[in-house]
Amino acid sequence: MTVYFIQAFIYLCAAVIAVPIAKRLGLGSVLGYLIAGVVIGPLTGLVGSETVTIQHFAEFGVVMMLFLVGLELAPGKLWEMRNRLIGLGGLQVSLSTVLMTGACMVMGISWQMSLAIGLMLSLSSTAIVLQTFQEKGLAKTEGGNSAFSVLLFQDIAVIPMLALIPLLAMPEVAGIAAAHADDHHDSIDLVSHLPAWLYGIVVLGSIAVVVVGGHFLSRPLFRYIADTGLREMFTATTLLLVIGIAALMSLVGLSPALGTFLAGVVLANSEFRHELETDIEPFKGILLGLFFITVGAGINFATISANMAIVIGAVVGIMVIKALVLFVLARTFKIYRNEGWLFTLSLAQAGEFGFVLLSFTVQNNVVSQEIANILSPVIAITMFLTPLLFIAFDKVVMRFYQGKSDEGGADDIDDQGTVVIAGIGRFGQIVNRLLLANDIPTVVLDHSASMIENAGKVKMKTWYGDASRPDLLHSAGIDEARLIVVAIDDRYAALNLVKHVKHAHPHVKVLARAFDRGHGYELTAHGADIVISETYFSALMLGGEALKALGVHAFKAEQIKAAFHKMDAAHRDNFYQEWLKGDEENRFSTNYLDLFVEMEERIVTAIKRDRHSGHDTSESGWTPPPKDYLDDFS
Amino acid sequence: MNKKVLVLFAHPAQDQSEVNTPMFREALRLNHDNISCVDLYAEYPTHNIDIAIEQQRLLEHDVVIFLFPFYWYSTPAILKDWMDLVLEYNFAYGKEGTALQGKYLLPVLSAGGGEQAYQQDGYNHFTLRELLRPLEQTALMCKMRFLAPFAIFGSRAAAEEQRVNQHIDQFKTLLSSLANGRFDFEKAQSADLLAHHFDDIVKQ
Repeated sequence: MTVYFIQAFIYLCAAVIAVPIAKRLGLGSVLGYLIAGVVIGPLTGLVGSETVTIQHFAEFGVVMMLFLVGLELAPGKLWEMRNRLIGLGGLQVSLSTVLMTGACMVMGISWQMSLAIGLMLSLSSTAIVLQTFQEKGLAKTEGGNSAFSVLLFQDIAVIPMLALIPLLAMPEVAGIAAAHADDHHDSIDLVSHLPAWLYGIVVLGSIAVVVVGGHFLSRPLFRYIADTGLREMFTATTLLLVIGIAALMSLVGLSPALGTFLAGVVLANSEFRHELETDIEPFKGILLGLFFITVGAGINFATISANMAIVIGAVVGIMVIKALVLFVLARTFKIYRNEGWLFTLSLAQAGEFGFVLLSFTVQNNVVSQEIANILSPVIAITMFLTPLLFIAFDKVVMRFYQGKSDEGGADDIDDQGTVVIAGIGRFGQIVNRLLLANDIPTVVLDHSASMIENAGKVKMKTWYGDASRPDLLHSAGIDEARLIVVAIDDRYAALNLVKHVKHAHPHVKVLARAFDRGHGYELTAHGADIVISETYFSALMLGGEALKALGVHAFKAEQIKAAFHKMDAAHRDNFYQEWLKGDEENRFSTNYLDLFVEMEERIVTAIKRDRHSGHDTSESGWTPPPKDYLDDFS
Repeated sequence: MNKKVLVLFAHPAQDQSEVNTPMFREALRLNHDNISCVDLYAEYPTHNIDIAIEQQRLLEHDVVIFLFPFYWYSTPAILKDWMDLVLEYNFAYGKEGTALQGKYLLPVLSAGGGEQAYQQDGYNHFTLRELLRPLEQTALMCKMRFLAPFAIFGSRAAAEEQRVNQHIDQFKTLLSSLANGRFDFEKAQSADLLAHHFDDIVKQ
């Protein structure tokens, strides 16, 4: 036990020190983990042979990552992106693969190994690139969008690649590797003794179980768990689902990543999506981080220095070939000027999936250990260089195009951003309907499964989750949101939510529903930009109806309401200041109540004021001139 | 002499406006100390016009511009509401109503028909000046001086005929000449339409 504690401590310690520093230097977390690995591995020798075992375990992070990738990909969204996805992404992967496979074959490597290397190097680093886009605010640009399509295609392309690589296995490599023995294929396997046709049926059956089960069974299950109100049970269920699918896929000899990816796609439209994302995210993050540490720890400096020329040549070769392919694609797809350069420079590296495929190819005896030892640092170095390319983009490309792009006159903002609505009860519902009717995208969150079910009956899409949790807000997309509407029932949770959003996302405007005056002042004090009392306007409407029922002319009633509201609104700030002066126990002090009485009197006089006495009432005029006014003209 | 200019803009369908709204936006963008711009429909979306605020605005400016699309030979409803409410007895007219005395009223409007339609033999039968008589008399009743209207004819075709920028530029020149004291008020009072003598009245 002690040994495990010490090992875990070393790994975590390295990560905790290296990752924040790397992030601060603009290198991104992936590089931080790699550096941490290099430090505890080859540099100081704190960790040793156990890295290989840990790596197998950490690969489960990749399985989770694909589950999350799947969750992001609702079939409808995929279909919308199909042109860019298949055009840009497909061409980028295939052209890069062909060119790099060719380059490897020229150097005398067998075609199988060359193809495997070409495939793994064609992928770019989703983690580094997307993170950098977000940090630099490039995600919504044309170049950023195109790069995202390519990364998405690459993420999906990993799955057929994982299926293809075992077919490339070479006996001569296997012979060498036999000594190491397969330590992960020896375990339980249900299908190896089955005849081919039965095997086919079993495989199809398992996929059907994932798809059909995910579609029909997940919902009642999650609802049942959500009703218990226990958060950790939800997390446990999510883990159970992912691990269960991974286990099923391994049992029938399929890739666990493929299975969880499918499950993710099936669940992408589920109202529990954001909650699932939020629950899996930290596990994925830590396991993937662990994976990168083990990659870093596995880097062999002796091999690098012995092959210095090859390593440098490979790094330059990979980046030049990838940039060239991207540049040609940018031209072909009419992504011009700085956008084209952003597209070209941002994706010209190998990525984390390269490491995954590399360890997979080694296990499957496609790529020999010697070549893998060279490729691993090569991939890492191209990733190290990516931040430099972004700096080049900022300093050279943007500066060059700066003068030219300012010419555009109109600065209308097309992208309105989304609106996050917290709470889909009787209040949030109306807000949501109004916004949706005007084609404004909303993300609705509610923590009651039965409320979501009711909203679903009227075709209103709602996500399950507690909006007052920062991590859930994050996966609901608060970073890209323009507004958040706070309409949750729990008044204290509402206050905390407002406070959190104003603190962590100051760019998001907060519109909050108040239960009563006191709650409204509290919301204002916590930073809400706009506060509307839930009863005020409906009471005013009903009051107007009462006037009309008593025979007051409809237009007159409208004016009285307007006068009332204007007076009330004009005094809101006075009331608020008075309320602030009160103490916690007794917010509504004597002064406050006096003020209230005073305002009531003013409203009465404003409404009753004699028509002829002037305009300084708040009531609209249409006051006729005095009876004798014609004398003025005589 | 430099004048303080108040632009009262009235357009109830700004997302469909091709001439008026761009003109107003450009006026806002001038960011001139002597030019105040008010979007009446934005400020009073329920037509609850604040009479005190509006009267104060009038007191603070020398030239009042009504910027509006010509609706049924008149202004959009909110501008009529504005006149009905703000131009009160003993403020704008009547025995003690001298608040607006000596100020100027300048209508800037876009009309759908071409200039030839606003003739006796055109399909609108009356000239624009004749149709704007109620506005002119309102100004006179308030002891204001009425300036020749700046009218954009054929406004529905302006975008297709790529005239919008030209109209905007003229409007901007007009505004800054008023604000910078390079505007010939004498000539503008006697002219028929501002556009007919633009270079005489509005000096760059």
